[in-house]
Parts: sequence; C-alpha cells; structure tokens
Amino acid sequence: MNILVVLIPVSLGLGAMWLAWFLWALKNDQYEDMEGDANRILFDDEDDQPKP
Amino acid sequence: MTAACPACATMPEAGELAVGGMQISLPTIHCAACMVGVEQALSRVNGVISARVNLGLKRVRIETAPGVGAAACIAAIRAAGFEALELDTGALGVEADATGRSLLISIGVSGFAMMNVMLLSVSVWSGAEDATRDMFHLISAMIALPAVAWAGQPFFSSAWGALRVGRLNMDVPISLALFAASWMSLFESINGGEHAYFEAGLSLTFFLLIGRYLDHRTRIAARSAARELAALEPSRADRITGSGIETVPLAQVALGDTLSIPAGMRVPVDGIVTRGSTTLDRGFVTGESAPVLAGVGDTLVSGEVNLTGPLEMRVTAVGEDTTLRRMAALVEVAENARNKYSGLADRAAAVYAPLVHILAGVALVGWWVYSGDLRLSINIAIAVLIITCPCALGLAVPAVSTAASGRLFRQGILLKNATALERLAEVDCVVFDKTGTLTDGRAAAQAGLSGDELAVLKALALSSSHPVARGLLAGLPVEVVPAVLDDLEELGGNGVSATWNGVPVALGRGAWLGCIGNPSLKIGDATCHLATGEHMRLGVAEAVRGLKAAGIDTMLLTGDTSAAAKRIAARAGIMDVQSDMRPEEKVAVLERLRAQGKKVLMVGDGLNDTPALASAFVSMAPASAMDVARVVSDMVLLNPDVAVLPDAILLARRAKKRIVENFVTAAAYNAVAIPLALLGFCTPLMAALAMSTSSISVLLNALRVRA
Repeated sequence: MNILVVLIPVSLGLGAMWLAWFLWALKNDQYEDMEGDANRILFDDEDDQPKP
Repeated sequence: MTAACPACATMPEAGELAVGGMQISLPTIHCAACMVGVEQALSRVNGVISARVNLGLKRVRIETAPGVGAAACIAAIRAAGFEALELDTGALGVEADATGRSLLISIGVSGFAMMNVMLLSVSVWSGAEDATRDMFHLISAMIALPAVAWAGQPFFSSAWGALRVGRLNMDVPISLALFAASWMSLFESINGGEHAYFEAGLSLTFFLLIGRYLDHRTRIAARSAARELAALEPSRADRITGSGIETVPLAQVALGDTLSIPAGMRVPVDGIVTRGSTTLDRGFVTGESAPVLAGVGDTLVSGEVNLTGPLEMRVTAVGEDTTLRRMAALVEVAENARNKYSGLADRAAAVYAPLVHILAGVALVGWWVYSGDLRLSINIAIAVLIITCPCALGLAVPAVSTAASGRLFRQGILLKNATALERLAEVDCVVFDKTGTLTDGRAAAQAGLSGDELAVLKALALSSSHPVARGLLAGLPVEVVPAVLDDLEELGGNGVSATWNGVPVALGRGAWLGCIGNPSLKIGDATCHLATGEHMRLGVAEAVRGLKAAGIDTMLLTGDTSAAAKRIAARAGIMDVQSDMRPEEKVAVLERLRAQGKKVLMVGDGLNDTPALASAFVSMAPASAMDVARVVSDMVLLNPDVAVLPDAILLARRAKKRIVENFVTAAAYNAVAIPLALLGFCTPLMAALAMSTSSISVLLNALRVRA
C-alpha cells in the first residue's frame, strides 16, 4: 500500500494541472467565440503556401 | 484572413477597444464563408488595421486608423452581401461578464475537487477498510471542505438572502444539504465512520453550478441583446456653433443649443423650430401617416421625421425629459406589471423546496424516535436531503432554454426576456401590424415610362428625401442616368418641381399636379401615374401559412386605410383585418382577445404599436423598428425573413415539452431513491449514482432541442 504515497499526490497533481490549464484558458479569452474559432480552422487562405 | 495574427486576438489586450475601434452587428452571418467574406471585404477598406468577426455574437470588431468612419466599413460589408448595423460602442459598454467568469472558475474548482474525491471514494466503495478508509476520508475532507466552502458561495449567499426576509427558495435546501453533508461527513471521518458524503456534496455543487451558469448565460445574453439594441442607430446631432456645424453625440446636446435637422433626419430631441419650414412625419408618435406642415415657432417632438426642408431648432428638452424617453419610461412601467409571469421553474421550486425539508425532517425525527440513535438518524436525514436535492431540477430549465435560445438566435430571433420562451410556447394568436412589419415602404418598379421620363423621374426623386421619393428611387434601375435639372424647388407636403431643358417638370401628390394618380410625374402638361406599392416583407405568406398549420390564428391591426390593409391581408392570407386603428384601439382589441382567453403574440414596429406591444402576452419587433418598440418587446426579429416565426413558436413549444419531460425524469429518479433513503438503505454510492445519472439524462434530453 506504500504506493499510495506516490499515487495520491500524482493524481492530485494531474488534477491541479488540469485546473491551472482551465483557469489559464478562461483568463485568456479562449472561450470568447467558440463557434467562430471552430469555423476558423476551415479557412484555407491561411497556410496554403510554404513559409518563405 | 485579415486579423493581424490569429494569436493576437486571444491576448487580453485585444479585449479592450482601441482608439478608432468600432463594432458592427452582422445579423445574417452564419458560417466560415461569411466570416471570410466580411473580413476580406473589410481588409480592402482604406484605413482598416484589423477586423475580427465574432460568430457567436454575430459582430465584427474593427480597428481603424483615426478618422476612418463606420460608413465606409458598413458600405464594404453590405457590398459583400451581408447586412450590417453600426453599434454605438458607448452604449454597448464594456462587456466584461465578471459573474459568468467567476461561476466558470467555481465550476472548474468544484469539478477538479469532485474528480479527485470521486477517485478516493471509488476505492472506499470497492472495499477499503479501517485505516485506509479513514485516511481516504480525511484526504477527501481536506479537498472537499475548502472546495465546497468556496465554490458553493453563490448558493449560500442566495439562500441567506432569502432566509433573511423569511422566504424559502431552492438555494435553502441546497445550502442546508451542502452544509450538513460536509460537517456530518467530517465528523464521521474523524470518528472512523463508514459513510462520508464528500463526493455527493461536491457533485451536487458541480452540477448545480452548471445549471446556474447556463441560467446566467441566458440572462446575460438577453441583457447584452437589450444593450446591443440600444446601441443600434447611434444617436448624433448636428449642432450649429459660431464656427459652423459640428456633429456631436446626443449626450452632449444641451438645453438652448441650436441644432440643424437636414431633410430626412429624425428629430433627436424636443425643441422649437427657429428657421425653415417643412413637413413632418409624425407617424411614429401619433400613428397618423399624413405629413404635417411645420414652420418657425412650431414645436418638434423627438421621434418625428423631417421630410422635406432643412430646419434649425432650439433645444427645449434633452435626455430623459424628451417626449420619446418619457413615453418609453411609461411603457416600461406597464411592462413591469406584465412581467409577473411565473415560469415553470418558479412553480416547481415553490412546491419542491418545502417538500425537501419536510422529508428530511420526517426522516430525522422518525428514525430518532424509532432507534434512539441520533448519529444514525442524522446520517439518514442527510442522505434524504442529498437525494432529494434539486440537482436535476436546477438543470432542467436552464439547459433547455440555453439550447433553445441559441437555436432561435441562429434563426435571427433575439430573446430579450428570460420568460419569453415559455410564454411564446403558449401563444395561440398572432397579431401583426402592417407598415414596417408585414411591408416595407419600398416602391415597385415603374412600367411604361420612356427613357427620358425615367431620367427626369430619377433626378427629381434624387433631390427629395421624402420616403415616397426614396421608395421610387429604390424601384428605378441603376443604369438610368439622372437628367440635368434647373430651378429645383421642394414644396413642403406637395413634391418637387424643376425645369428640364426649359420644360417645367414636377413630381409629387396627384392633387397638387391636377391628376388622380398618387404620386405622379408631370413633364410639361403630360402627367403620368407612378406605380408605388408596398413591398411585402420576405416570407410573410409562408409565415401565415405555417401559423395556420400550427393551429394559430392570425390578425392584422393597422392604422392605415381599409383598402390598403385588405390588399396586404389578401396577399398575406390573413382573414381577420381591422383598419383605421388608433394606438389605444389596438390595445382595446388585445384586451378583448385576452378576455376571450387568447394568448397573443403582437408583432409591430412603430411608436403607435408600442402600447399594444407592451400589453400583449408576448411581443416581437423587427430590428428595423423604432427603438422604443424594440425596448418594450420580448423578442427582436433580426432576420429580414418573417417565415421563421412559425418555426420559432414550434421550437418554443418543443422546448417547453422538454422542460416538462425533464421535471418528470428528475421526479422519477427521486420517486425511486427517496423511499430507499427514508428506509435507511441509501449509501453514498447510491446517492452519487442517482444524482449523476439524473443530471446527465436531463442534460442529454435538453440537447435534443438543438437538433
């Protein structure tokens, strides 16, 4: 059962990483225009040419 | 792609409006191609630095070099084939939704805590014992207690607010359950007890916060819609100063200022004419369509339209004191009286909140009397409280209304009022206004005119800003070159006259030109009748057909003459027509319908419709309507196509059905779980299962509305 000493902090750490990522995304307006950003990937004039 | 770089727009600084920035509403965009179209069109406008479309809000945010006006951008977007309306950034305000963000953070925190505690709980449920179980319980407590205390704040503060004034709301049992479950579980964990309800408390918080957030989003969308409407038609005025004419925002106009009102412009504030004479369209204020003559010394009321000649006016009332604003304020009072409609959620809460407390109390007292074991009876009472807690109920309404209002928005209907969707579902009669709602004043194409006649007509129409003239102009082919005219003169209320190659020509009222047709064109001694004809709005006949198919009555109420009303009604397919109505007569008709037990949807646009809009069961105004009409309506039709109306009503009915289904689902889960909990068979595992499955089935059912 000693493995719990490692596993519980690891699971908490992973959860905390997810939480930090979520808060970061929220603070950086990643959820401002979900619909528009989903559609933007369909734009084909963005990187249709190799970078010079 | 015209935004400076994809990543820039996600930087927080981009949220602030730059100097020279503006926002334009794009009610008709719906896909990636539209976004590209608008952004590319704007990139070709001189002075535009960047433009980024927000598809969710149907808006484009443009940053421009100083001095670049909105007109150029709007023209470019319209040329690309999209509808564009300027938004007044001042009235729009800074749209930082702090509450929504803090709710999202709470959801994140409670979600994180719930996942981790659930992980620990699963090992307890699968057989962890003694010291391991106690340790897991204590670790859970360390995560859960701060998380519940912090993320549960919206419920605690709302419950406290209700209790302080001696009321019960849905948040009281929620807070009680969270509070009791947390402390009892802590007590059990410390004393090596078998059951702890940390994960139940956390998942309760998590699901309820989702419901709360969805509810908040619908509200904020409605509020920002109202603000967006206020921002449409930015109000400016031309002020005459010592050094000439300057255009200033309406807010800066002061009493005693002298304003210049060019022909065709709406009078922005109340005042007195100091120079010039003209005809006024008072239709928006009085409902009469006949123009009125006005000269020096006559009073001007905000909302009137100056039809023919330029005017100068001295301002006698500004801001809240103007007639228009006072009328809007009156209407708002009437509207508040109407808004006593209690939604399904309120009615459910009124029944449910006391029930939860009674059941928990019965469990506590019953088990205490029966077993004499206080700890056991408190445990069972808490289990009952958690099981009955309105987790699914809290999601039932907001999840459905979010899905439904999102879908309505995509169809071009903005819900401004939170209960509008539920009321729309009950509608069984639709009352239309005519002008501006079923028709717009565009003239039909002219037939049987020679090339010269067309050229003269175009030149005359160009020189006048009367709506009829502008309508005629819209009906003329673009390739017609206007004739060169001399001695142009506009005669208030009658028309325009001029000379063309020495021949007197005129365009105006038939009676003025000595012939029957109205309007007529006179060249030399020959007169010819011009075709006007109100243009039916797009999809009116389909809308009426669809409404009939859905079993909804339609009716036309108009202030116009009965001949005009009958013609339009026949084309639209409306049988029930009442014409020559004054605003108060419209209200009387609506009152009569209400007395007959009808739930009326009123669709209208003018100031003369405003009282009727405010007294109807539900109301809708087209986006082109007077701002007062838009303010009082529950919904705004952004889509120029009226044919979406029956769909909207059907969607509202379906949404209401889903809400009721959700209540039934939640009640069914409770009906199974409550007896088990009351009898003391409920374990934390069962509580967690019942709560999650009922919440998820309610959410999934709500999502069906989107399809």
